Amino acid sequence: MRRRNFLATALAAAPAASLLSGCGDDGDDGTLDYLSLAWQKESMEANKALVAEWNKRNPQRPVRYVQGSWDSVHDQLLTSFEGGEAPDVIHDEANDLTDFAHGGYLADLGELLPDGLRNQIPERTWDMVRFGGGTYGVPFLQEPRVLVANRRLLDDSGVRVPDTEDPWTWDEFEAAARKLSGKGSYGVAWSMKEPVNQSVNLSLTTGGAVFYREDGKDVVRFDRRDSYVAELIHRQVNRERTAPRGSLGMSGSDTLPGFFSGQYAMVPLNFSYRQQVEQQAPDGFEWTALPMPAGDLGPGSGPTQGMSPQTLSIAQDTKRKEDAMAFIAFLTQPDHMARLAAGDWIVPTGRKALRDPALNTRKHDWRTGIGMSEDLRASPVLGVRGYAEWKDKIATPAFQEYYSGSIGLDDLRGKLVEDGNRILARYQR
Amino acid sequence: MSSLSRTCGRAGQYLALLCYLAFLAFPLLWLLSIAFKAPQELGTTDPTWLPRHPSLDNFRDAFDQQPLWGSALNSLLVATSAALISVLVAVPAAYALVRYRSAVSKAATGWILVSQMFPFVLVIIPLFLVLKNFQLINSQFGLILVYVVWNLPFALWMLQGYVRAVPASLEEAAAIDGCSRPRILFSVVLPLLTPGLVATLMFSFVTAWNEFFFALVLLKSPEKQTMSVILTHFLGAEGAADLGPLAAAAFLATIPSLLFFALLQRRLVNGMMNGAVKG
Repeated sequence: MRRRNFLATALAAAPAASLLSGCGDDGDDGTLDYLSLAWQKESMEANKALVAEWNKRNPQRPVRYVQGSWDSVHDQLLTSFEGGEAPDVIHDEANDLTDFAHGGYLADLGELLPDGLRNQIPERTWDMVRFGGGTYGVPFLQEPRVLVANRRLLDDSGVRVPDTEDPWTWDEFEAAARKLSGKGSYGVAWSMKEPVNQSVNLSLTTGGAVFYREDGKDVVRFDRRDSYVAELIHRQVNRERTAPRGSLGMSGSDTLPGFFSGQYAMVPLNFSYRQQVEQQAPDGFEWTALPMPAGDLGPGSGPTQGMSPQTLSIAQDTKRKEDAMAFIAFLTQPDHMARLAAGDWIVPTGRKALRDPALNTRKHDWRTGIGMSEDLRASPVLGVRGYAEWKDKIATPAFQEYYSGSIGLDDLRGKLVEDGNRILARYQR
Repeated sequence: MSSLSRTCGRAGQYLALLCYLAFLAFPLLWLLSIAFKAPQELGTTDPTWLPRHPSLDNFRDAFDQQPLWGSALNSLLVATSAALISVLVAVPAAYALVRYRSAVSKAATGWILVSQMFPFVLVIIPLFLVLKNFQLINSQFGLILVYVVWNLPFALWMLQGYVRAVPASLEEAAAIDGCSRPRILFSVVLPLLTPGLVATLMFSFVTAWNEFFFALVLLKSPEKQTMSVILTHFLGAEGAADLGPLAAAAFLATIPSLLFFALLQRRLVNGMMNGAVKG
């Protein structure tokens, strides 16, 4: 009997599911969907507050906040682009836009951009979102790589503390790491779970690029200036032992417990990691964010590093491109851009936003990031077709093997250049 | 001697079982431990099982930051409906495939097996387009249909085994007593399939509850999203994560599956021990 009741309940519940057919899409209700990848509490609050403010001011062209995730945004967008159901306004990063732009999924913003917005962002930053003659995103947030250092260990060691005006050279950094090492602790912990972007972007400090344009085509080279920083990291891990081998498989977050315990004196991290450092640091722990070292290999080298800015784009299929652009212009007004940057703990791209008093403070070393913004350039990987495949199939395992000492520089070069160029050539036929 | 060796053997069995249980429980217990820890405790190289200063802050933050209640209800609705429909479709289908042996049923069985071999990345874009044509994008009903179709082959395979175990002589006896085919299925076979139904229900429910990618691409509106999608909103770029609230939300997300299993496992065991079917 009880069994019958159980089965009867199951059978009776089934028709309820059919009622769900009423839960379908309402179709185009005139609302713009804004896919945001903000994930930190303050950042989400800032985004939602700005969307609410926009909706209050523009009730005739409302925007719906849609939460996305950095982890899955590429697959989500690819599927929805193919299906013609993409969000209207898309938060992403420049690195991810290349294939979408080439695929015709993103609107060219060239004609839509208002002059005010166009003029407030430096030309070198706009270059990061231009592919094949079009402009496919508004670069609004950027993030340098910094050295987050244990303040007490730094002071005790007596090494010169660098700032953006006078950063360390790579040689000085290497010497400082030696001084900060000893008794089971390491001067620096390189988190190389994803080694490619940082290896390529830091090669700019020594005048390298890894990716070059030759005869109108992208090619990989890995000569002295390209490999200088990679060789230094390899040396620190495998010869000088000033960097632990164990951290090579870690993400930035994974290195923090060792950093807080004094095991690692410095950890190279993206600027936004300061939020996690501040949140997780034990009481009384003092930390500071230092600029990454600058290259001193002559002309072309210096504090410049590559990066891929966060962007706001418009889907090609969107019917109301002007409204979408107006919303993007609203989000990127100087004070709004500064709010979004503060919420994400990263640096805005706009000239006026960079001068916002809330960001020009010594607290949490905001000034380090602001000071480095002048030296940020387009990551050499931007706009390179086939980069994702090169990164996943060739470069990631090759760099990991090299840093851990399993292969030498010649082997690394062979894989990156010979195998890599074969992949790139396939995309450029 | 034999008594001693039996005791040792039994002790060894229990020890192995204990180790296995500890292995299974470890991730869940560690998740629970993290969920109650303050951020400072998460950044230590000397982690402890018990939080030094247990706090509910992570749960509070998780609820503040993301619509956990709404997404849990969505997941419950979608997973329960998908599980029930899967079983309702699979029972008569499995019965027909087992009892009506023909070239068609053999081909159908083979095709069901083949359909399990398609990776979802292969089908997602065509599926998206099909659902779009039926205006089922951003629809929980569309997602339920997808889960039913996705679960059905395995549900069918599971139930076929249970149907095959029911002796045909029981059905023949019922037929002699004047039962029609549907009556035989519902009054004779179905009660004997309870363990199979429960196992299939649990499998379908847990699969739908945990599924992420279909839910991610098919549901646009925040108010319709399921819990597996909402959990990723605690993740940042390049491995960064809001670990405390993520652990709190992930722990909450495991509770319905545990409850579902706790409620149904008695039926699973009871059904198996009923002994109605003797070879």
